[in-house]
Amino acid sequence: MAEITMTVNGRTVSGTCEDRTLLVQFIRENQGLTGTHVGCDTSQCGACVVHVDGKAVKSCTMLAAQANGSEVTTIEGLASGGELHPVQAAFREHHGLQCGFCTPGMIMTAVDMIRRHDGKLDEHTVRSELDGNICRCTGYHNIVKAILAAAEEMGSGSKVAAE
Amino acid sequence: MGVEGIGARVARKEDKRFITGKGRYTDDMVVVGMKHAHFVRSPYAHARIKSIDASAAARMPGVIGILNGKQLTEDGIGNIICGWMIHSKDGSPMNMGAWRPLAQDTVRYVGDAVAVVVADTKAQARDAAEAVVVDYEELPVVTDAVKAMQDGAPQLHPEAKNNLIFDWEIGDSAAVEEALKSAAHVTRMKILNNRLVPNPMEPRAALGIYDEAEDHYTCYTTSQNPHVARLVMSAFYNVAPENKLRVIAPDVGGGFGSKIYIYPEEIVCLWASKRTGVPVKWNSDRTEAFLSDAHGRDHVTEVELAFDENNNMTALKVDTIANLGAYMSLFSSSVPTYLYATLLSGQYRIPAIHGNVRTVYTNTAPVDAYRGAGRPEATYLLERIVETAARELNVEPAELRRQNFIREFPYQTPVIMCYDAGDYEASLEAAMKAADYRGFPARRDEAKSRGKLRGIGMSCYIEACGIAPSQAVGSLGAGVGLWESAEVRVNAVGTVEVLTGSHSHGQGHETTFAQLVNDRFGLPIDQVSIVHGDTDKVQMGMGTYGSRSGAVGMSAIVKALDKVEAKAKKIAAHLMEADESDIEISGGELKVKGTDKSVPWFQMALAAYTAHNLPEGMEPGLKEGAFYDPTNFTFPAGCYICEVEVDPETGKTEVVQFVAADDFGKIINPMIVEGQVHGGIAQGIGQALLEGTSYDPETGQLLTASYMDYTMPRADDLPSFNISTTETVCPGNPLGIKGCGEAGAIGSPPALMNAITDAIGNNDLTMPATPQKVWAALQG
Repeated sequence: MAEITMTVNGRTVSGTCEDRTLLVQFIRENQGLTGTHVGCDTSQCGACVVHVDGKAVKSCTMLAAQANGSEVTTIEGLASGGELHPVQAAFREHHGLQCGFCTPGMIMTAVDMIRRHDGKLDEHTVRSELDGNICRCTGYHNIVKAILAAAEEMGSGSKVAAE
Repeated sequence: MGVEGIGARVARKEDKRFITGKGRYTDDMVVVGMKHAHFVRSPYAHARIKSIDASAAARMPGVIGILNGKQLTEDGIGNIICGWMIHSKDGSPMNMGAWRPLAQDTVRYVGDAVAVVVADTKAQARDAAEAVVVDYEELPVVTDAVKAMQDGAPQLHPEAKNNLIFDWEIGDSAAVEEALKSAAHVTRMKILNNRLVPNPMEPRAALGIYDEAEDHYTCYTTSQNPHVARLVMSAFYNVAPENKLRVIAPDVGGGFGSKIYIYPEEIVCLWASKRTGVPVKWNSDRTEAFLSDAHGRDHVTEVELAFDENNNMTALKVDTIANLGAYMSLFSSSVPTYLYATLLSGQYRIPAIHGNVRTVYTNTAPVDAYRGAGRPEATYLLERIVETAARELNVEPAELRRQNFIREFPYQTPVIMCYDAGDYEASLEAAMKAADYRGFPARRDEAKSRGKLRGIGMSCYIEACGIAPSQAVGSLGAGVGLWESAEVRVNAVGTVEVLTGSHSHGQGHETTFAQLVNDRFGLPIDQVSIVHGDTDKVQMGMGTYGSRSGAVGMSAIVKALDKVEAKAKKIAAHLMEADESDIEISGGELKVKGTDKSVPWFQMALAAYTAHNLPEGMEPGLKEGAFYDPTNFTFPAGCYICEVEVDPETGKTEVVQFVAADDFGKIINPMIVEGQVHGGIAQGIGQALLEGTSYDPETGQLLTASYMDYTMPRADDLPSFNISTTETVCPGNPLGIKGCGEAGAIGSPPALMNAITDAIGNNDLTMPATPQKVWAALQG
């Protein structure tokens, strides 16, 4: 059994789990944070993307024990103080979700993508960067639109902050 | 149109929980004492079960129980049913073999469930399932429907000689033969429609809870139609009587047809909960989903289309063999018959049509409805052969279609359907304009200069939604009625709850259904809650599939709103001492026409519940229900145009433009309708370009059982779509709406295949048009 301590959404949590427990299982079953989903068993679909130490990670590709001591952010920890993250707001405004199952992973991937590209994204880049996230409902059209809109908003926001 | 009324682009109410991780799906449910199930599944496609030895597995850590088909039979759990009776053309009923929720003697496809392990944790259940020893005697295998019908082929069920389930026909064979003989031109094709795996992103799951004290069962399940699930589990599987069985379909992560059916797993979870005394949860992994979810399509068709000397269509002859897999799933028999062959007229005047359909058992997963269900198969063959005919006749494909369009409505086709309204020229024109169809030659030449082969293709589809009326579908063999129910409850403070038998698994009902109430009474949609997916809350409903939630589900709500409005007006008239015919409702107020007198909505509602001052004889309260049974199908139609560029070096196809012009009748929320079209087109492009289900023909192993092997469309496989709508109002329902859920998946595959075959100059190409196939076609 593994004794694990990590920070999840800003809170220090501890738990005991089997060595083979995946990070996604620890998050869902041990922590009860069911916003992170499991859509496949081959690390292809991206429904389980969370941030580990600030980077997007498929939480089914990592053992919980490997995340020991890490800072983990899940979809539940993205909005702050009741205010939606700009990517969350953009997904709603641009109808970037239907059944909602892939959505948490899409949003966590998008936040990371916008950060890595410093908000400078075009359609081609967004589509290429989304190749690890599968959506069966939206045809991606509105997801791409939402990410571009959020990137633009966050880009202009950071410019304002810099000025 | 108000900002939240009919026609408004309202952002979805349900999104808040989904974007913050607060959606509640079946696998998220946790109840006290809950344990976990893992199914032991057959690794063979066809085998006799000689013995099952679970003794070692039963001693493994955490194991609570291991149950098999013999115990299931002992407890009287019934066979899984097919709910639509089809008779062969000789009058005999379909030859249905038995499907046990847990196979007892014989397994017939890889993934057939044999036993279930219940243990403290998922991992323990899985470990123990590995240790269950099943001794199989392998039997010969057949996966191909045509081969399965041949003499000497392996036999799946004793009831179905040569694996033939039924041999069914529609239309006038003699008239078609006559027209073929006298035709000026006949185009002939063999068309394959590839088997698909639906792949909603949420895998199926079930949680069965038996309460011994109350002798009551609760089932959380990933269902598109929880009431039908309850009905079937109660009436046919003998799990529990309806009043002791509650079925809840909470948030459901997509369905696309695959979550209509009542599968072995939910039955077994309920039964196992009683047997073991603990709540039992099962969650499918993705490979299990590939193996055991009902698949879609899988047709082989010979088709002939006849023309007179003026290029008018005179006859269509269709001979289809449909692979239904190892067992008959819930609606499997209706898909290649009444949902398919009744649409063979397409958008065209074809005086004589005959369709013959043989359905066949094979050692593959059961095949049932997948987005479009029969209509994509009809559209694909018709739009491929019309395009091919245009090439053979050397006429412009758009003009050949235009010339043969149906232009007068209602139009009675030779294959049952009576089209009520449409304007096919309008959608054709809209699509051609949006695609700059006439400018294509210049784009083709420009692509050529870059070494790319550019092609253009179109498809003019029609489909049928809101399968109905109940009496008609009953006469065609349906085991259920296809109406919908609604109840509108106005609370004492004026807020509204709408209970519906429709089920939302991505369609946005919580928003669009609330828009109906806003449109009627002027209440903010925030004050309207939509209740669905729970048989303890909603009395009865038929669920969501076949794009029926708008045309049927919303029509039921309209009927209930009519009744609420009538009573509300009576109360308001009484309160204001006016005549009820003078009362108008708008902006959350009931007003007396031509005066400044008004009563706020909430005050009228309060009056209904205080009952201090109601018209004489009126019952207190304000709650009305309705059942709506449509008078006809609805007929969405449209035109899709696709442009591709093929790299001749690699055979890789890029979709460079995709235009859709759809006629869905009246639209409640354009944003949601656009989303439905986008998603449908993506699935259609997936079918045409990427998705091919492959069984090893010798062993029956599913070779495409993960996302490593089955190519799902990803963001970088698709373009952004250029979509628009035209409108002819549907005369058959009070809102004038037709339905939009499946059109994209129906109309897009032929447009894409017509474009690729145009680009490469070789019409001999099957879906999915993988780079390998396209490259090979370029060489030949």
